[in-house]
Amino acid sequence: MSVVAASQVDRRTLIRQSARKSHRRRQIAGVVAAALCGLGLCIALVPLISIVALTVSKGIAAWSVDFFTRLPTPAGIPGGGIVNALVGSLIIDGLAAVMALPVGFIVALFLAEHEGRLANTVRFVVDVAAGLPAITIGLFAYAIVVLPEGHFSALSASVALAVLMLPIAIRAGETAIRTVPQDLWEAGIALGIRRARVARSLVIVSALPGLVTASLLAISRAIGEAAPLLFTAIGSQVFATSLGQPMASLSLVVYFDGIQPYPDLQRTAWGTALTLLVIVMLLNVSSRLLARRMRRFTR
Amino acid sequence: MTGGRDRRRLTRHLRLGDRAYRRVLQGFGVFVLVIFVAVGATLFIQAWPAFKHSGPGFVTGTTWDPSHAIYGAVPFIAGTLFTSAIGLALAIPIGIGAAIFLAEYAPRRISGALGMLVELLAAVPSVVYGLWGFLVLGPIFQNTIEPRLSWLPFAHGAPLPVGLLLAGVILAVMVLPTIVAVTRDLANAVPATSREAVFGLGGTRWQMVRTAVLPAIRTGVVGAVVLGLGRALGETMAVTFVIGNTNAVPNSLIAPAQTMASLIANEFTEATEPFHASALLGIAVLLLVIAVIVNALARLLVWSVSREVRETV
Amino acid sequence: MTGTPLKTFFAPDSRSTVAAEAEARPAPAITVRGLGVRFGSKLALSGVDMDFPTGRITALIGPSGCGKTTLLRSLNRLHDTTPGARVLGSVHLGDLDVYAPEINPTEIRARIGMVFQRPNPFPTLSIYDNVVSGLRLNGIRKKAILNDAAESALQSAALWDSVSHKLKTSAMRLSGGEQQRLCIARALAVEPDVLLMDEPTSALDPIATSRIETLLRALVKQVTIIIVTHNMQQAARVSDYCAFLMVEEDRVGHLVEEGLTLQIFSKPADPRTEEYVTGRIG
Repeated sequence: MSVVAASQVDRRTLIRQSARKSHRRRQIAGVVAAALCGLGLCIALVPLISIVALTVSKGIAAWSVDFFTRLPTPAGIPGGGIVNALVGSLIIDGLAAVMALPVGFIVALFLAEHEGRLANTVRFVVDVAAGLPAITIGLFAYAIVVLPEGHFSALSASVALAVLMLPIAIRAGETAIRTVPQDLWEAGIALGIRRARVARSLVIVSALPGLVTASLLAISRAIGEAAPLLFTAIGSQVFATSLGQPMASLSLVVYFDGIQPYPDLQRTAWGTALTLLVIVMLLNVSSRLLARRMRRFTR
Repeated sequence: MTGGRDRRRLTRHLRLGDRAYRRVLQGFGVFVLVIFVAVGATLFIQAWPAFKHSGPGFVTGTTWDPSHAIYGAVPFIAGTLFTSAIGLALAIPIGIGAAIFLAEYAPRRISGALGMLVELLAAVPSVVYGLWGFLVLGPIFQNTIEPRLSWLPFAHGAPLPVGLLLAGVILAVMVLPTIVAVTRDLANAVPATSREAVFGLGGTRWQMVRTAVLPAIRTGVVGAVVLGLGRALGETMAVTFVIGNTNAVPNSLIAPAQTMASLIANEFTEATEPFHASALLGIAVLLLVIAVIVNALARLLVWSVSREVRETV
Repeated sequence: MTGTPLKTFFAPDSRSTVAAEAEARPAPAITVRGLGVRFGSKLALSGVDMDFPTGRITALIGPSGCGKTTLLRSLNRLHDTTPGARVLGSVHLGDLDVYAPEINPTEIRARIGMVFQRPNPFPTLSIYDNVVSGLRLNGIRKKAILNDAAESALQSAALWDSVSHKLKTSAMRLSGGEQQRLCIARALAVEPDVLLMDEPTSALDPIATSRIETLLRALVKQVTIIIVTHNMQQAARVSDYCAFLMVEEDRVGHLVEEGLTLQIFSKPADPRTEEYVTGRIG
């Protein structure tokens, strides 16, 4: 047997021995690692479950017919409700959606169909803007609406939320339009370039479920925001009679009532928090279900 | 989608009507760009008086005293950085561990259900986190946790239901869902062929995770972490509930403090002193700049991940 | 087209004649009895009895879905990592019962190596780290041993000359054929008794393919090779022994016939084998 072959056989035995000897250690290391990861999962789940469980239990205690149909009462006086906040959130977010979604989807169409420096710049800026702190956007709306007008208003709040919703509408919208199958777009072009615009509306119609999903996501994000409303709509104890007045909102109620030392106000805060949670979860779950149904239809 | 090049070729042959259409679309794109740039510009213009008044002392000063028109942002920069650091320090190991467990060890159905639960929790509004943090976690911290921490050198002070550590923990809870969801998705996307390579050589399951999965998801996880950092830095409502509204550089983990965002939330509506409102807008500008840098970084990281994936395919 | 002249694919000087080989058939490296594999409720393979001779290349051929890859993966217990998969029957590596409950699959896999269809070097590791990854996974850390093993394995894979000066560069910079040879080197570094190859050249261009085929004829002196291939000509070029598997409407994947490659391709015993090797089916 040559020297080379001998050393190779030695190496082979060495490898086999090492494999056998190290196996115990490797298995134990694996069990420890898996246990640590499992521990991480348990630790992660505890606060998340606690938030949902407590919001539900403490919030349900506040829910009643009065809660949803009456105006707020001062601390210590029972029978108050959040009806103005419900309506206020609806109005402010509805207006914001009307402002942001059409613009957002048109830009989404632009990004989906065009390439080049402008499109790439827009996409990059939109992605970065998605992470802008909500309070800075609120201050922006304050500066361009509240200051010139001289008073706080629901309109300024809608402007703030619209700017907040734009990046979500644009990104999710672009994804929705891009998933429209290529042949649909080509069929439209084949009908004659002059009809391309009509063909494009074909594309938009078939992207509709995706656009609805994008809308639900954007609205769900906006409804939960309080920071941009602090200096724009600033909240109210009554119904607003116009868009140019301060307006109540669910998210603001959670904040203003929650930090007060009065138990009944805190209870209202929990009830409002549960209301917000239910709305947001409904929006998210429906957008998810819609997305799943959409996936079943695209080939 | 492979339509890009074809679409470009076809748009080159557009007739007049369609060229106008294209201009309109481009116009909207520019409009949106203008809006976002305007956000930064407007804040800067409004903040300018305070910047001019305080000079570089705005960013280096440690005193915030509106009644004497002294505006130094250091306490709030410190508060923001410390709370975000605590938040990430907790969320990263816990989040990655949880995600790896879900992706590699949990049975498929449980992993799917828990994964969806975690993702839905990412949609919980910040005010709800804040309320829970203030009314539930705060008392727990005050009565149970903080007294136990007094042996740590930097955790001295009276236990309160507010403070730096509490805010950091709340931020960790808020950032967790993002980190868990992204890491789990990335781990699930690692192809079976990489995993089988490790098994084929005689590796154990954990060795497979360490050799085939973790290195492959490294860049993507860093991107998710940076995104989480961006969210933590700008978080207002949850932090405002529990930070303690104290305008001083915190000298202890459990001391009350103030972040840039919570300062604005707490003081803006009562800002009547000269330059006060403008100074608060200056703080907003600082916050904006930091958030933009962090988010741009995250974006670039995510881009480099997708480029890597395209090159190896 | 009967009496197929596939003999023309053979290089008569590199293989023994049928008669001489029949007398000198080497002892089996792996013995398989009654082997079957079930995925959940679906049976994918059943009743395979065969021996894989030591120091020879055995090819598993057959139409797609016939179970050849399933058979291959049951040899190194790779099905253990698939939830719901159950292996029936027995596999013996020499005297060792591969599926004995007291045996760790990882031990088996250090003795029976595997090369996969698409080259799968670890993308974040250098060429050197890729080659020695198997050794490191099995607990070997000494630099001297790793260096020796790396050089030896890369030499065996005919890769040493082209990469010895750039061992620390990323493995992903290599071409497809080079990456596959890197994977072969990686598997060889652990000094297995048997090397399993699952269609190792199907993702490569013809030049890289022929390089690897030449490599295999040289490698067989060090290690027993079992190769799954859907390319009949490759089986004829490269292997000493062949096993033909088949799946039919009313029968799950099963072994039809096995024996010397020369025999299978010139005078197959089963008519289905003849139909497959003459290209009438599959």
